[in-house]
Amino acid sequence: MSVIPAIRVTGLTKQFGSTTAVDHVDLEIAAGEFFSMLGPSGSGKTTVLRLIAGFEQPTGGTVELFGQDVTGKAPFDRDVNTVFQDYALFPHMSVLDNVAYGLRVRGVPRTERRDRAMRALAAVRLDQFAGRKPSQLSGGQRQRVALARATVVEPKVLLLDEPLGALDLKLREQMQVELKQIQRDLGITFIFVTHDQEEALTMSDRIAVFHDGRIEQLGTPRDLYERPASRFVADFVGTSNLFDADLSESLIGRRGEHSIRPEKLTVSAEPPSGAQMRSASGSLVESIYVGSGIRQVIDLDAGPRVTVLERNDRSRIADQERGGRVHVSWHEDDVVALIPPGA
Amino acid sequence: MRLSTLSRTTLAVVTGAILLVVYLPLLVVLVNSFSTSTSLTWPPPGFTLEWWVKAFESEGARQAVATSVLVACASTVVALLLGTLISFALQRFSFFGRETVSLLVILPIALPGIITGIALNNFFRTIAGVPLSIWTVIIAHATFCIVTVFNNVIARLRRMGTSLEEASADLGAGVWTTFRLVTFPQLRSALLAGGLLAFALSFDEIIVTTFTAGSGVTTLPIFILDNMFRPNQAPIVAVIAVVLVVVSVVPIYLAQRLSGSEQTRH
Repeated sequence: MSVIPAIRVTGLTKQFGSTTAVDHVDLEIAAGEFFSMLGPSGSGKTTVLRLIAGFEQPTGGTVELFGQDVTGKAPFDRDVNTVFQDYALFPHMSVLDNVAYGLRVRGVPRTERRDRAMRALAAVRLDQFAGRKPSQLSGGQRQRVALARATVVEPKVLLLDEPLGALDLKLREQMQVELKQIQRDLGITFIFVTHDQEEALTMSDRIAVFHDGRIEQLGTPRDLYERPASRFVADFVGTSNLFDADLSESLIGRRGEHSIRPEKLTVSAEPPSGAQMRSASGSLVESIYVGSGIRQVIDLDAGPRVTVLERNDRSRIADQERGGRVHVSWHEDDVVALIPPGA
Repeated sequence: MRLSTLSRTTLAVVTGAILLVVYLPLLVVLVNSFSTSTSLTWPPPGFTLEWWVKAFESEGARQAVATSVLVACASTVVALLLGTLISFALQRFSFFGRETVSLLVILPIALPGIITGIALNNFFRTIAGVPLSIWTVIIAHATFCIVTVFNNVIARLRRMGTSLEEASADLGAGVWTTFRLVTFPQLRSALLAGGLLAFALSFDEIIVTTFTAGSGVTTLPIFILDNMFRPNQAPIVAVIAVVLVVVSVVPIYLAQRLSGSEQTRH
């Protein structure tokens, strides 16, 4: 890359005692990117974020911020800001003082920092709450105060540690849209840590999937969903029907592990016709109405149980009885080859 | 839980009896301080303010109050400084022997005062070669006053976690600015509660004081002990005892209010 990345980490390693939380991670994040680090808890994603922020010192490797090595620098010497999972608002200060804090410690004069803090609060539509204490706000409002506090100092990179984790579903979806908008308006790099794959898929330009302290796969949401590289990613990002090497050989006619997404499968009474279509017979175990679609669970005669997700489409609803004989079919292009673990 | 009327009545009576045993004598002292009898006969033959006037006019009593206040303030200040520092060391850093140090810090409050007294008396006079004075009392009191500050501060630090300080550093504040603007305001009520308890502990301490006070250093409790059995001094002692009760109870009450309101706030 000829353009200097906003963040470059090289060989980043962090050990806590005998456990390795982060294991030789290499990563480049472009300026202005909405980048997500996705993984289950304990996968090392939050530790990478904390290493970038400077709250932890790496056991090995370097962190560069716009080409400048900041590995040994304290958090207050790094031009990145964090939105914490628990928001970490100062409980003894008003909302306005919380937001103005970063400006205050930088020596910005009182009236100027007041104005800038009010503008930042207005941007998250909380200017009328400026005089309140954080304890008098709801979870979503606190979250937006935390966001205003971190952005008012105009960092080059904003780190967000599961910022929506504590919100209920409706609010979370609303904040996802808002965050994305704010990121676009400010034009700064967002590094977003989440364990919610749907959240990561909706918001990100690129996603790094973490597993056991390493990056399992890095790509656009589309890449990850359509072409998961490993069994772990196929299983963690969305749901997948996984076929081990033997089943792949007999059912799909290819060597190695494979996966197919539930919505890429169709169920029919008769075997399908058409080039590049393959099918397998089985019996229907369960048919579940999920509103926007119908989820059907089928035991294939060849052994595995597969899940099929079909659109809630009038013509499709074949009121199959439980135990009924069906054919599950798929297009050859929808089969994804997985890299075996450790390869 | 539902209790039968009988058990409820029994429990109420027992509770009342215990509280009576604890507080009735205090009440007697209060009444006696207004008694016209110099030998504290009961019931008091009459009431007078004479002893209160005398107590306030008594040079010895005023001196004793001043000494006690000075000792309590000084040992509280020492306890606040050292107790806070050790709390930070033990809560924020892990090092070899941390648990041992933690135990050693708390131990003085459990040690019998007479042991602390004898040990410090020996140490000051024979090993350190320091003559006993008001300063030796202050040092001795600080050894157990530290514990109340330490307990309050470390509990607060534990509950606070490090995320507020991280947020402050993240926003560009250096270590001292973070302490001044974030950590200290968070600790304030814990320091106040710990400090008030320390003050109260020191103010009515007698055993350790007896062993570590230089000649002429008379704290209020020692003054009471000295005058208790002198003829015609008993009502004055009662007056001082009442003052001592009030001065010790108020800080305890405030400290409890403080930690109580903290708990409901979270």
